[in-house]
Amino acid sequence: MPDALVTLDGVTKTYSGITALDGVSLSIAAGEAVCLAGENGSGKSTLIKILAGVEQADSGRIAFAGQTQGPLNPRLSAAAGIKVIFQDFSLFPNLTVAENIAFSAEIGAGARLYRRARIRALATRTLERIGVDIPLNVAVETLSVAHKQLVAICRALATEARLIIMDEPTTALTEREVRVLLDIIRRLKADGVAVLFVSHKLAEVLEVCEHVVVLRNGQKVAEGPASDFDAASLTRHMTGRDVAGAPPAPLPADAPVLMQVDGLNKDGACTDISFTLHAGEVLGISGLLGSGRTALAKALFGLVAPDRGSITLNGKRVATGNPLAAAEAGIGYVPEDRLTEGLFLTQSILQNIAIGRLDAHGNGAGVLDLPALLGEARDWLTRLSVKTANPDAPVRSLSGGNQQRVVLARWMARSPRVLILNGPSVGVDVGSKSEIHGIIAGLAAQGLGVIVISDDLPEVLATCHRVLVMKAGRITEEFDARAVSETELAHRLAS
Amino acid sequence: MKAGAMKLDWTRNETLVALVILGFCTAAAISDPGFLSLATLTDLLRGGIVLGIFAVAALIVLISGGIDVSFTAVAAFTMYVTAMILNAALPWLPWWAALAFGMAVGACLGAVNGVLIAFFGLPTLIVTLGTMSIFRGTMLTFIGQKQITTLPPGMRDFGRMMLLRGENADGSFYSLHGAFVVTVLVVMLTWTILHRTMLGRQIFAIGGSEESARRIGINVRKVQFFVYIYVGALAGLAGIIHASMARVANPFDLVGLELSVIAAVVLGGARLAGGHGTLTGTILGVALIVLVRNSLIVLGIPSTWQSVTIGCLILLGTGLPAWQAKRAAARAA
Repeated sequence: MPDALVTLDGVTKTYSGITALDGVSLSIAAGEAVCLAGENGSGKSTLIKILAGVEQADSGRIAFAGQTQGPLNPRLSAAAGIKVIFQDFSLFPNLTVAENIAFSAEIGAGARLYRRARIRALATRTLERIGVDIPLNVAVETLSVAHKQLVAICRALATEARLIIMDEPTTALTEREVRVLLDIIRRLKADGVAVLFVSHKLAEVLEVCEHVVVLRNGQKVAEGPASDFDAASLTRHMTGRDVAGAPPAPLPADAPVLMQVDGLNKDGACTDISFTLHAGEVLGISGLLGSGRTALAKALFGLVAPDRGSITLNGKRVATGNPLAAAEAGIGYVPEDRLTEGLFLTQSILQNIAIGRLDAHGNGAGVLDLPALLGEARDWLTRLSVKTANPDAPVRSLSGGNQQRVVLARWMARSPRVLILNGPSVGVDVGSKSEIHGIIAGLAAQGLGVIVISDDLPEVLATCHRVLVMKAGRITEEFDARAVSETELAHRLAS
Repeated sequence: MKAGAMKLDWTRNETLVALVILGFCTAAAISDPGFLSLATLTDLLRGGIVLGIFAVAALIVLISGGIDVSFTAVAAFTMYVTAMILNAALPWLPWWAALAFGMAVGACLGAVNGVLIAFFGLPTLIVTLGTMSIFRGTMLTFIGQKQITTLPPGMRDFGRMMLLRGENADGSFYSLHGAFVVTVLVVMLTWTILHRTMLGRQIFAIGGSEESARRIGINVRKVQFFVYIYVGALAGLAGIIHASMARVANPFDLVGLELSVIAAVVLGGARLAGGHGTLTGTILGVALIVLVRNSLIVLGIPSTWQSVTIGCLILLGTGLPAWQAKRAAARAA
């Protein structure tokens, strides 16, 4: 058997006494795709950093093509053909597609002059290699997330990549885009390029992988051919327990109507949306990207002003197109992209919760009762079991699951009557996901109406009583969540 | 489609600024037919010489994702110190060597900014606010406050260099100073650096995302260091030209101009967040500001209205494209 492209042997890394990686061994052959699965904090990121040369291992052996390496640095790793595609892609938003693809290659070649023709030729060649067509002259900031990822892949390929490490490659992609990505991975493998997927959401990439490695708490807990794993067993290995997706108990037949939406319409986004939401009900709204699901969510919370239609809550009309009025009426909205829309990233965890309750703790003169405000926020941290050593740390320091709990806590502190969750578990690890589902069930049990907007079908089926399917801006079908299977729902969404 | 190709891109600042300039000139020409003359043109070009070099310097810093407010202080310091040193020790230096000397002094001052920003990683606005005060204060406290009215021979010669001169029908004179060529050269050199060298592309890259630049192996420190030295050299050059044209080195000149210059560059489409900016836009922005400064009087508007007008233009010129872009984004969503 030829030497593996990359071999790790008993690699250990500790950060100030905490063991991030504990004797992990791993080998990747040319043209092989490997899944590295693990929850946040399992040591995945540390492993990436060690391979990329950003961090040095404390002990253990690293070999490239059978050659044992000394201490690595980013330049050595890059020269060995190891390219990391970070979750944020690390592209230049202001530069063109062609420049982004060719930049590292040109720098690596020591070019002093900007050779436009060469750069365009390299970019064209690389895009052809993965068989996609993206205009060369547009600025990367105008591209969709999926296209940005393809540009990042091309940039890695433009510099003789032998192993491409992809950090959380599918979190921001729709199902169709994941298909495209998988086709590209197949092409790369045929070319002899190895791929290491690092993620906590790997079920969708299993089919192109030969090999799976699961990390938990810094240790390798499972390893084997990809055919031995499925979504459930991956989850079991990552969390160390079974995460059951039990559907909620049926809604009592006499549950009162809480919210009534009539003929809500926004030209070009959603058309004539009508539905009712009962107290204690979890209503799923599912659709592919571009089906209008996010526009509808925003219209319900007043972030998008509808042209027509009405929203009635407890028999009272809610002014549309006005988020303040919606919040006042008792509607809460947890956005899909919590990093840009849901959180004040650099402010403290406590502040992020407390900001929603400023009104309640101000006196007539507008002076805040700060101890009461922060005390309440602290209370919510415990109630939602947000794991943090320091509630005054910036909220960006939390993991995805804990960040989502902070957003939830902010709304729950206001005791809303309807909570709209757009993609409640995007970018959240498996363990936290089931806890968030538990929170959703708890809210409904208290008599809230919850709307879950998601294209994660297992999630929809595990949390919702009823599911509405959206296509091209319209609600096309309605299902009882207990009466429909995941495959059938997927079929309805796509057809 | 021909109509499509001819369509103006309203989300670009350049389009708007160019139209405002056209409108402004039309209004001025209607109220004073004498406006459309060679004399007006040379006045405007003359007004744009020093401002133009400053604007190019401010542009390159904005593209790299920083902001520099110290360049006018560097220019004032350089022109004063250079005039003094040349008078005292090197009176025989020819004009081109005097310009080079000024660029060297400016580059040294720029290097101070460069060290603090590139090697200590301090925020650019804070650093340059600090060095602006230090450069200016050092000059006024330790070097001198009196105007130097006898410039060294090199600078005096340069001050007399004219590209063209002539007499109008009404007997008044017009002239275009030779320094205009220097400004044109500066623009051409900067264009070449920004668009034809990898160094220039790295400046854009750093302005787009410093972290990404570091990850793909760009030497961010080196590039930033270059930017601040280059800006210092341009500021020094502008200082010498200013003194030569004014035929006096006044230490109280120039400082205070920095915000108008940055405004002109932003008006031309450069973004304060970095990564975006064009020389065309910068030149248009400078042209508009010079036009406003020189010609409001022609329209019968009191000169005290200058800053109000410039302020409105900035709000309009940067606000309208931003608003258009926001609307386009809202439509796309």
